[in-house]
Amino acid sequence: MAVLDANPIVTSRREMADSHTLARYLETGGYAGLRQALTMHPEAVAAEVDAASLLGRGGAGFPAGRKWSMLRKSPISYLVVNGDESEPATFKDHYLVERDPHQLVEGVIIAAYALQVTQAFIFLRGEFALGLERVQQAINEAYEHGALGRHILGSSFSVDLVVHPGAGAYICGEETALLEALEGKRGFPRIKPPFFPAVTGLYGEPTVVNNVETMSNLPWIVLHGGAAFAALGGGRSTGTRMFALSGRVNRPGVYEIEMVKNTFRDLIFDPELGGGIPGGHELRAFIPGGVSAPWFFPEHLDMVLGQDEVGAAGSMLGSGSIVVMDDTTCVVRAAWRITKFFSRESCGQCTPCREGSGWVERILYRLEHGGGRTEDVDLLLDLCDNISPGLNWPPQQTTICVLGPSIPSSITSAISRFRDDFYAHVHHGSCPHA
Amino acid sequence: MTHFRSDIRQRAEELVSLYPRRRSAMLPLLHLAQEQDGYLTDAGMAEVAQLTGTTPAEVRGTAAFYDMFHLEPVGRYVVGVCTNIACLLAGGEELLEHARRSLDCEVGGTTADGLFTLEETECLADCNVAPAVQVNHRYVHTTTPDQLDQLLEDLRAGRRDHDIPPHGTLIRVRRSGGLRVGATELAEERREAREAREAREAAAKEAS
Repeated sequence: MAVLDANPIVTSRREMADSHTLARYLETGGYAGLRQALTMHPEAVAAEVDAASLLGRGGAGFPAGRKWSMLRKSPISYLVVNGDESEPATFKDHYLVERDPHQLVEGVIIAAYALQVTQAFIFLRGEFALGLERVQQAINEAYEHGALGRHILGSSFSVDLVVHPGAGAYICGEETALLEALEGKRGFPRIKPPFFPAVTGLYGEPTVVNNVETMSNLPWIVLHGGAAFAALGGGRSTGTRMFALSGRVNRPGVYEIEMVKNTFRDLIFDPELGGGIPGGHELRAFIPGGVSAPWFFPEHLDMVLGQDEVGAAGSMLGSGSIVVMDDTTCVVRAAWRITKFFSRESCGQCTPCREGSGWVERILYRLEHGGGRTEDVDLLLDLCDNISPGLNWPPQQTTICVLGPSIPSSITSAISRFRDDFYAHVHHGSCPHA
Repeated sequence: MTHFRSDIRQRAEELVSLYPRRRSAMLPLLHLAQEQDGYLTDAGMAEVAQLTGTTPAEVRGTAAFYDMFHLEPVGRYVVGVCTNIACLLAGGEELLEHARRSLDCEVGGTTADGLFTLEETECLADCNVAPAVQVNHRYVHTTTPDQLDQLLEDLRAGRRDHDIPPHGTLIRVRRSGGLRVGATELAEERREAREAREAREAAAKEAS
């Protein structure tokens, strides 16, 4: 049975229809975290976040506190919030920006104070039309309330916050591509090193980039203390986390649950969470952390939802998005569709990604649509090996960013487990599931 | 005489003033230009170039990278159906095919009456209401063929104008009341910061 007794941290207003309004936010304790933070030394605020061991919720899982402390060695210029949520099957930030925009804004102001940054940006994917409206409205209300602008809430601290709309490019979720887009350019990831925007970020100046969910945790952490946050979960995976569950489940949705205390089986099958697979079908495979992650199979169901546990088993918890595939799912079609996505979204800078994604997508297409050959299966693996030599996890890097080396994940997962499905497509002359 | 209407031009200048560097306003201004004209016209991009201190070629080169910017005319309603993994498992391809037949319009094309453009989209981050559909980037929660047909009928009859405005995503989003920090004050601080940075850079250059 799932362990559901921890109170939610970032989805505490999920039952309230007006959760996005300032009135409701203030009534339910809103901006108390910021008021608390403003009574503390900025470094003490950062220390609480460090004590919380808050791992970044965007996908890479880098400790937020460390991102901040690395930055504190040099003068700080900008705070940028990554709300470009585009990893397929990830929809937690969508929830947060539409349903609890003030919580995000408060978190951003707290982070800005801790970092002593006077200019912050929230980069939201352009397709979030309502989310953009809600966050802008929250920012407007925060200015009215005195929580943004000059000398906020009677303190000596001033900060300005701007919402920046993206325009439809998955790659802008990569933080250096996001900064390029924020500079008004094509979303091309920047050459590394420097690896961290904390060294060279927006306009070449030190910049911290944090995810929407990461920011949304800050009001709670400041109010309750980093130790209280770290007491939840276990190991390096502290606190709660939003898991976005989709695919072949009865109750797809966003569930905030305590880290490490629950398993994939709990999340997918518990009646209060995923509620199992429709029609009592059998689980074939599931993706544990967005489509960049290698797939898991029924034997992984009892693994706990923890970053290190999933990493040790050869995949990643990534953006916290779990996609369930059952015995009605054509895994060749699933791998093809995921690969088509990478092919469309490759920015085109690096050859292995630009050319490789197109080649493997076309081979998967012909397998799925009746033109496949027996040797295509090993050809796919050979091409994947060219994109990321060794086909290991974490993948070997041949490109500027991690988009390219993520391409083999779904393909090698599907072939390693369901090679006969690929041959069945060849012999059948089309998809046997269609 | 500007290509932008006076209200759009004023809005554009406000947007430019929100950023430390003019070029950063590129994506918001392109959204704005698209809101006025329905797509990115040469005149619209020329004005964005002037406002951001870039050339029309740089504007076009940037715009062409992003899926949401249209360099050709599109319909009043851009209907996007997601077929990525979660939606694929919920019948996204079938729903897209239904939309294609209902609208009598190829994927990527525009209906003869100019009302609808049909797009196959990548993940729209609404995977618990799959297959996800957006019209002008607003979630419409139509997961069945019948619901989709009803929506198209409502759009044709103008019954959704209140929650699905034509074109663009920024039309109703704006900062009210201006900058509390004070745009001129902030500009002064930024100018000082920039001058200090440039002095540092010049000193570093001299030292090397």
